[in-house]
Amino acid sequence: MVSTLWSNAVALAQQPPSPVQPIQPPSGPSELGSYLPIVILFVLAAAFAIFSVLLGPMVGPQRKNRAKTEAYECGIEPSPQPVIGGGRVPVAYYLTAMLFILFDIEMVFLYPFAVSADALGLFGLVEIFLFIATVGFAYAYVWRRGGLDWN
Amino acid sequence: MTRAELLADDPLWLILIKAVVLLLIGPLMTMFMVIFERKVVAWMQHRPGPNRVGPWGLLQSIADAIKLPFKEQIIPTTADRKVYFLAPIVSVIPSFLAFSVIPFGPQVSIFGEQTVLQLVDLPVGALVILACSSLGVYGIVLAGWASGSAYPLLGGLRSAAQVISYEIAMGLSIVGVILYSHSLSTGDIVDAQRDGWYFYLLIPSFVIYLISMVGETNRAPFDLPEAESELVGGFHTEYSSMKFAMFFLAEYTNMVIVSMFATTLFLGGYMAPWPISLIGDNYLNTGWWPVLWFMGKTMLLLFVFVWLRGTLPRMRYDQFMRLGWKVLVPVSLVWIVVIAGIRAFRNEPNISTSQILVFGGVALLVLIAVAMLIPDKRARAEDEYLVPVTGGGHPVPPLDLEVPKPPKRRSLSEAKVARKPAAVPAGQSTSDTPDKESE
Repeated sequence: MVSTLWSNAVALAQQPPSPVQPIQPPSGPSELGSYLPIVILFVLAAAFAIFSVLLGPMVGPQRKNRAKTEAYECGIEPSPQPVIGGGRVPVAYYLTAMLFILFDIEMVFLYPFAVSADALGLFGLVEIFLFIATVGFAYAYVWRRGGLDWN
Repeated sequence: MTRAELLADDPLWLILIKAVVLLLIGPLMTMFMVIFERKVVAWMQHRPGPNRVGPWGLLQSIADAIKLPFKEQIIPTTADRKVYFLAPIVSVIPSFLAFSVIPFGPQVSIFGEQTVLQLVDLPVGALVILACSSLGVYGIVLAGWASGSAYPLLGGLRSAAQVISYEIAMGLSIVGVILYSHSLSTGDIVDAQRDGWYFYLLIPSFVIYLISMVGETNRAPFDLPEAESELVGGFHTEYSSMKFAMFFLAEYTNMVIVSMFATTLFLGGYMAPWPISLIGDNYLNTGWWPVLWFMGKTMLLLFVFVWLRGTLPRMRYDQFMRLGWKVLVPVSLVWIVVIAGIRAFRNEPNISTSQILVFGGVALLVLIAVAMLIPDKRARAEDEYLVPVTGGGHPVPPLDLEVPKPPKRRSLSEAKVARKPAAVPAGQSTSDTPDKESE
């Protein structure tokens, strides 16, 4: 039975799937027009945020002194930073950022599959298995090399 | 008419009203959450909580909100001033934008205009929310970088790594919901839950979402970026006055957003819960009633946030990243494969359910066999942690060191049997009194 399933899947994977129904484009008056409310909300939110940030120095007191404007370091002289805004960053963060891009793209590819999974049937399933397995190899490699460990 | 068509018909004044209301939800919910959180945590710790401002302390958050603009704004001399100014704005705008695709209710009529309680129903609604929560990371990283100080930099980096790690788990847990609802539109996802809410149909997805939503918003027990015992205040250490208020607002608004998104995805959105939905031929699922159910479910999830903060200790950073990358991501990937497989095979006419079960059982056995072949290195790696790693000539006690009992206590405990309380008659000195010794 397993072999029938396998040959079934292989056969499906080999021939292009004819019965896939085209995904219907979203019905709406115009594609970009439906984003207009988001733009309005963005403008309002930006106005609110900028107004609030500017409000602080306008109504708040201004009594500065040297100790106040120093960077916080528990009361002692702050340790000098090499460049403005901080120096070097542990390399583990770069690795996390790269892994994030890898998995985020995998995630974004899974969404269209999930929307039309039923229309694609077994063909789509085999394809997505292969796709997840491909990323899975990279994932297993990173795990094995200790890329996911934090010490 | 469908939701999208109803929303496309909205006149401009209605869009403006909706946008202003959505803009108000963030600050209002933040003010509510401040007092709610402080009160609930106080009760969990047997304290009264804030009770000075207003009746029963209810006006505390209003007092806080009035106080913040009147505080002095301090910009450290080491800061990169432009980026320092931009960071709070960049952080707060995406959290407001995410409200735009949340469906608060079904068709209603506002001033005679038929519409839906939602700003827009985009075909990519779920992606908009994920995009907004990703964009919020920029504000955090820029704030930490621009402050020109050690603690904010560390807090910002930690926070960014944490948010992007849990973003993946969150995004993968949503794939299950999309598989069942065939749509990324938030309105369609709620409609698809008419026959059953996804929180019990897709329990693993729901659990992964709940965990990752706490990690995503940097809340306890995952509040490592703000671990005050290590990092002072995290990325907003150098921020004061209204700029600090913006970060605060963004954090709480994000909590509300992920709770509302969880309600939409898993808890049936604005639909009435089971016993209530039976009353009066679904009357309570029409008009303005659903807003009540929606807010109720959101409140329930917000209470979970406070509950976690009141009960759980903070995790260590390596434990936290291990949970995200080594548990949540593989579990969600396997779960996606399982439900995609079940759905695909069930839709095939010439394969029966029993065949799926047999096939699944064989696959499971193969997996278990493979898992047994992998050597278990975990235990040895854990042992290495127990070895004191000092090096450099520091004296390290041997591991099998048996601590000898302190001799004094032993002699006392042995002597206890023989000792008797001294019976001293009043006014008579015994042999071991100081005045006897001095003689």
